[in-house]
Amino acid sequence: MVDPENKTPENKVSPPERQYPDPKKKIVEEPPTTGHVWDGIEEYDNPMPRWWLWTFYITIVWAIIYMILYPAWPLVTKATSGILGYSSRAEVANEIADFEARNEVWFQRLNETEIAALRDDDELERFAVQAGGAVFAAQCSQCHGTGGAGVQAAGYPNLLDDDWLWGGTLEDIHLTVAHGIRNETDPQARFSQMPAFGRDGLLDVDEVDAVVEYVLSLSGQSHDEALAEPGGEIFQMQCAACHGADGAGDHALGAPALNNQVWLYGGDRASIRESIWYSRAGVMPAFDGRLREAEIRAVSVYVHQLGGGE
Amino acid sequence: MSTSEEPPRLYEAREPVFPRKVKGSFRTLKWWLMGVLLGIYYITPWIRWDRGPNMPDQAVLVDLANRRFFFFVVEIWPHEFYFVAGLLIMAGLGLFLFTSALGRVWCGYACPQTVWTDLFITVERWIEGDRNARVRLWKAPWSVRKARIYLSKWAAWLLIALATGGAWVFYFTDAPTLARDLLAFQAHPVAYITIGILTATTFFFGGFFREQICIYACPWPRIQAAMMDEDTITIGYRDWRGEPRGKHRKAEGAEALGDCIDCNACVNVCPMGIDIRDGQQLACITCGLCIDACDEVMDKVGKPRGLIGYLALSDEISERAGKPPISVWKHIFRPRTMLYTVLWAGVGVGLVVLLFLRSDLDMSVSPIRNPTHVVLSDGSVRNAYEVRLRNMHGEPRPFTLSLSADQPFELTLEGIDGATVVVAADELLNQRVYVTAPASSPAATAASTPLRIWAEEGLLGERVYSDTVFNGRGN
Repeated sequence: MVDPENKTPENKVSPPERQYPDPKKKIVEEPPTTGHVWDGIEEYDNPMPRWWLWTFYITIVWAIIYMILYPAWPLVTKATSGILGYSSRAEVANEIADFEARNEVWFQRLNETEIAALRDDDELERFAVQAGGAVFAAQCSQCHGTGGAGVQAAGYPNLLDDDWLWGGTLEDIHLTVAHGIRNETDPQARFSQMPAFGRDGLLDVDEVDAVVEYVLSLSGQSHDEALAEPGGEIFQMQCAACHGADGAGDHALGAPALNNQVWLYGGDRASIRESIWYSRAGVMPAFDGRLREAEIRAVSVYVHQLGGGE
Repeated sequence: MSTSEEPPRLYEAREPVFPRKVKGSFRTLKWWLMGVLLGIYYITPWIRWDRGPNMPDQAVLVDLANRRFFFFVVEIWPHEFYFVAGLLIMAGLGLFLFTSALGRVWCGYACPQTVWTDLFITVERWIEGDRNARVRLWKAPWSVRKARIYLSKWAAWLLIALATGGAWVFYFTDAPTLARDLLAFQAHPVAYITIGILTATTFFFGGFFREQICIYACPWPRIQAAMMDEDTITIGYRDWRGEPRGKHRKAEGAEALGDCIDCNACVNVCPMGIDIRDGQQLACITCGLCIDACDEVMDKVGKPRGLIGYLALSDEISERAGKPPISVWKHIFRPRTMLYTVLWAGVGVGLVVLLFLRSDLDMSVSPIRNPTHVVLSDGSVRNAYEVRLRNMHGEPRPFTLSLSADQPFELTLEGIDGATVVVAADELLNQRVYVTAPASSPAATAASTPLRIWAEEGLLGERVYSDTVFNGRGN
C-alpha cells in the first residue's frame, strides 16, 4: 500500500488502515494477492465462483450437442452435415419459397386484372410498382437507365417523357415489353423499317439536305427557308406515309413524331441528316418467356407511372 | 483462506445467504418501493387510453411492428427518435447525479434484481420461516418434509416468475387481446418463447443466483465506482465508536469496549451476506437493512443510534477528529450534484417543450435526381419530387399541395387528378409530384431555381412547407 499521507491532500485521503486491538478478533482474513501492483492497487487472488465452472462445462456440452446436430467438422470436400440436416442454403431457399408463395396471390391478381385497369386498384398498383421496379432494375435498366431516362447517344429511349414511339398506354407498353422491337425471336415483335435514303440512293445529297431543313422546320428550329420548301415536297412523298403529313408520327408503325422537342437520336442538323442518310432502327428483346406474365404486367405498370404514361 | 501447505483453491461454492427479517425505516421504505415498482410493472400494460377509433387504446405500448411508441398522450414515430436519445441523455445525467450524491442507491432500492430478490426472499420466509429455521432446513438431510417445503417454495417462485415474464410481453401488443390468445394457445410463438425465457431467468436469478448477479455479472457497480467521490453517501460502520467490539458487557474490562456488542444483527439481515463492519466493499448494494438492524439493537442496549449509517468517506476523518456528524444533506447538495441537476432538468425541459411544439404533420421533399430533369414534347422542362407526408393524427386527413414561386410552374401529381391527397390515420404517404416549367420560362433555361412546396391540411388548415430546387436545362 502507498502511504496516503504523501499522495493526496489532507482532506481527501482514504482512511488509514484499521488497527484492531486484537488481531485474532478480525473477522475476515485478507485473501492472498496475485502480487501485481498498479499505482498502489493490489489485485486479490480470490477463487472464482463454482457456478462459473458449471457454466464452462455447460458450454462444452452445448458444443458437443451442437456438433452432432449441425454441420461442424470441415472435411475434404464438405463439412459433416449434422443429424438435423440443416444448411443455410436450404434455409435461404425456403425463405425465398415462402416469399414467392406470399407474392403468388398478388401475381394471380395481376394476371386476372384487365391490363388497362391495372392502376385502378390502389393496393394492386402499389404491389405492381414495387415488383415492377425490381424487374426494371434487373432487366431494363441496362439500356433505359436506373431512372428510366434512357441514353440518347445510344438510341435507348427516355421512358419519363410524354413522347412514345409505339404508344404509352398500359396495353402498348405491355405489348412492347412482352414481344420486343425488331427482334427475330418473336413473330409478334413490333416491326418497322425506315429506308436508308442516302446510303441506298433513294435520294441524292441535295434532296437529303432539303429534307433535313424541312424536318428542322417542323419542330420550330432555325432552318434554311429556301431549302425547306423543296424539302417539304420530298417529305410529303417519301416520309409522310409513316411520319404523317404534319410530322406527328405514328404509334402503330413506331414512327417518331418529328414536330416536337423530344428526339430519340438527337434533333440537331447533323443527327437528323445521319438518321435520313443511314436510317435508324433500335431493337429490344422480347420478355415473353423470359419473365412471367405477371412480371411483365408489373413492369408495364412501373414504366407507365414513371411520368409519361398515357 | 489458504495456507502454504494446501494448494490455492481455484473455485468455491456459493455461500448461501439467509437474511433475517428486520424492521425499521429503511425496510419500510423498501416495502413501499417494492409495492410501487412491482405495481407499475404489472399494471401499466393494462391502462387504457383513448386515442380515437384508428389508434391503439393502450396507454403504454411499444408497437414494434408498426414502428410506433405510445406513452399516454405522447406518440413517438421513428423519425422522432431524438426523444429517445434525449431520454437516454437524461438517464445518463440521472446516473451521474444519483451516483455522485447517493452512491449505489439504484442497486439498493430500485434495481429489478434487488426488488425481485427481495420478493423471493419474502416468499421464502413465509414458507420456511425466518433465518434460523431456514438455516436448519438447509442443513437438514433430505426428508419428505424438506422436499414438501422446498417444492412449495419453488412453485411459488415459479408463479411469480411466470407473472413477471408474462407481464413483459403485454408492453408490445394489445394486452387484453394477447392475454386471450395466450390462454387459448393461439398467441405467436415469440410471445411464448419470450415468456419462457423471462420466467426461467426470473426464477433462477431471484431464487438461486441473487447476490451473485451483483457481485459477478453486473457491470453497474464498476461504472458507479468511477463516479463516487469523498462526499458520496454510502453505508458505513463507525468503527471509531464501535471498536473494540465485545459481547460481555459485564465482564472485566468491559468499560474499554466500544458500542458494538458484536451481535451480528447487521450480518444476519444482509441480503448480500457481507459484514459491513469490514468497511465499504464491492458487494454492498447500500440497501440500508443493516442500519435498521443495528439501530434496533442500539435502542435495546440504550446506546445512540447510528453505529451503522449513511456516511460519506470524508465523514470518517472529521468524526475521528471528534467533530459532530455532518448532515447527509450537506453531502448531497454540493456544486457537482447541483450542476448535474441543472443539466438533467435542462434536457428534460427541452424535451417537454419540443414535445408540445412539434406538429402532428410533417412533410419532407426529396427531388428525384435520376435524371435531374426531363424535357417534354412541347419543350417544357419537368422535375419530379418524392413528397413524403406524415399524418401523425388519429384520423385520415386530406392535404392539398401547392407551390410558391414567382414563376409559372405547373404542379401535377402522379396517378391523381388535382392536387389533394388523403393520408390515412397515423400513416405516412409517399407521393411523386411533377413540377413543369414552360419551354421559354427562365426556370426551364436556368441551371436551378429555388422552389417551395406547400402542403395544406384540409381540416384545420395547418400548413407546412419544404424548400427545394428546380433544375432546368441549364442553357
